[in-house]
Amino acid sequence: MNPALMSVDGLKMHFPVRGGIFKRTVGQVYAVDGVSFTIAPGQTLGLVGESGCGKTTVGRCLTRLYRPTAGEIEFDGHDMCRVAAGELRAIRRDLQIIFQDPFESLDSRQTIGELLQEPFVIHRLGTPAERRDQVAELLRRVGLQARMIHRFPHEFSGGQRQRIGIARAIALAPKLIICDEPVSALDVSIQSQILNLLLELQAQLGLAYLFIAHNLAVVKHISDTIAVMYLGRIVELTTARRLYEQPRHPYSHALISAIPEPDPLADRERVILQGDVPSPLNPPSGCHFHPRCPYAKPRCREQVPELVPVPGTDGTEHLQACLRAGELDLQKN
Amino acid sequence: MASDALLTIENLTTAFDTEAGRIRAVEGISFTVPKSRTLGIVGESGCGKSVTALSIMRLLPRPAGTIEAGRILFNGRDLAGLPAEEMHHIRGKRIAMIFQEPMTALNPVQRLGTQLGEVFELHFPEMDPGAVETECINLLRKVGIPAPEARLKEYPHQISGGMRQRVMIAAALAGQPDLLIADEPTTALDVTIQAQILDLMRSLQQETGMAIIFITHDLGVIAEMADEVLVMYAGQVAERAPIKTIYTQPRHPYTQGLLASIPRLATTPKSRLPTIEGIVPSLLEMPGGCRFQNRCPRVMEICRDSPPPMYRVGREHWASCFLHRGQPAAGEVRP
Repeated sequence: MNPALMSVDGLKMHFPVRGGIFKRTVGQVYAVDGVSFTIAPGQTLGLVGESGCGKTTVGRCLTRLYRPTAGEIEFDGHDMCRVAAGELRAIRRDLQIIFQDPFESLDSRQTIGELLQEPFVIHRLGTPAERRDQVAELLRRVGLQARMIHRFPHEFSGGQRQRIGIARAIALAPKLIICDEPVSALDVSIQSQILNLLLELQAQLGLAYLFIAHNLAVVKHISDTIAVMYLGRIVELTTARRLYEQPRHPYSHALISAIPEPDPLADRERVILQGDVPSPLNPPSGCHFHPRCPYAKPRCREQVPELVPVPGTDGTEHLQACLRAGELDLQKN
Repeated sequence: MASDALLTIENLTTAFDTEAGRIRAVEGISFTVPKSRTLGIVGESGCGKSVTALSIMRLLPRPAGTIEAGRILFNGRDLAGLPAEEMHHIRGKRIAMIFQEPMTALNPVQRLGTQLGEVFELHFPEMDPGAVETECINLLRKVGIPAPEARLKEYPHQISGGMRQRVMIAAALAGQPDLLIADEPTTALDVTIQAQILDLMRSLQQETGMAIIFITHDLGVIAEMADEVLVMYAGQVAERAPIKTIYTQPRHPYTQGLLASIPRLATTPKSRLPTIEGIVPSLLEMPGGCRFQNRCPRVMEICRDSPPPMYRVGREHWASCFLHRGQPAAGEVRP
């Protein structure tokens, strides 16, 4: 096992809710509530879950766009929670982020050439001539033509803009890219183009990804390991294949079975969960999933389940957080 | 087959006048929706699937949008030329519609009870207020909303996205429509909530016998919901087939490419996905001939010269592609 490139331990991010005329803190949103995982160099960890589960907040904590409430984040030997601002800038050469909507993250008044030169300018790398060559090379890498360099973001389609977002993220040869729903806004035929590009770049450049998305089929396709989140906590963490073939947490099982498969002949046992995802402002006690869980017992309401190894697996191969995991026989989908 | 047709669209063309000129968002499409059945319309953004729905509802943005040609036969009446007042009696009552984002379809400053009640007052003016309230409660219960009496007093922002979509479905059902047009009804919802809504729509269809036009970009959702599928590309129908046929024997290169490019739970992780190269051409710069020619892996000379007709490639299976030139074309055989 490689030493981890990024290791996260007990990460918590609570946002205060202010109310009343004095804007006093009246509550906390427990967006991320004790999350631990590692990402190995050159590997992809998928982070999957429904809206409000805290997956985006995890991504933002890792890049230190948020300062976490508690927990440890170690990236490439740096203690991310305690670094000084100057050091953070240097670290960000190795740690980049791609967003769902690249249009919002691209300055509409700058040409693509200017946008892509910016990382080199900020980090004072290369001469202007070298930068121009680098930009041309970046465009080629992400499948865009060098002649597009003078165009503005609005002249590109959604898929092309995401390519520009990716070009900017790989400009400084980072070690890890946080991809936050990078293909959710794209059409199916464009989505596969971008997924292929991300896989190619990973193979060529040895990048690691944290791939955040709500679509489990997409996450499974691109990830080596997957963490399933529910209301701020990881409920299951294992290899992509094991998660699909032998889910051990009732939530992962329901999530997999809820995905509509593009196959009208598929005869599947469908688990339809009752109710809505509760608010992270006031999460249920004990196991957060117990109000919707078809297997919940009274003790699930009281006891918070730990993320522990599934019996019969080694080390961190398959972790799950269900008090009843040993007793349940979740059928394969 | 034709006798139980509820809705028949013949050669519908819908155009928009823009600063850059007239564009045809939908061009020459034809299809039939039988009673109590579900037609799925699938396609990527800009393929014309929503414009088709708005044309049927006669809700095109005015003055820019117009139905340029074709007929929309609903129970034998042509909606395309119907006066606006007569359309009022059909829209919402005989044909209802639900949208992707229920928050924008609901009035944020009106209680749910008021909004639902309005639908009854509109369609059944003789109903007294007490009966309206009872009906609203019954409807909310029918769409699976817990404690419906209490919900009537609430505002849209107080309920979740899934619940809002249930309220929209309730409002759509109020007039007991023969046809429900659902335009991406679950796209904004989480996957576990989507499963609930799809399940609800299926059971309501069984109960009421209404027909559904289900519009989505998600081939997985279509596989679960539709009896027949229309695959649209750049404003035209690329392929039309019964549900199983479209997935097992797609005959149009676009359908084939689309199905191959979706990552599935069973595909090998980290493998290269087949793709459809390039992007959909803009409606302003549509190539002559087949609209898919620039992205098609099997493009031929003829594809650049003339637009392909619909060829009959199997039982109730039509594909608009010159690869099937040997087959009878629409016009020669009535579709």
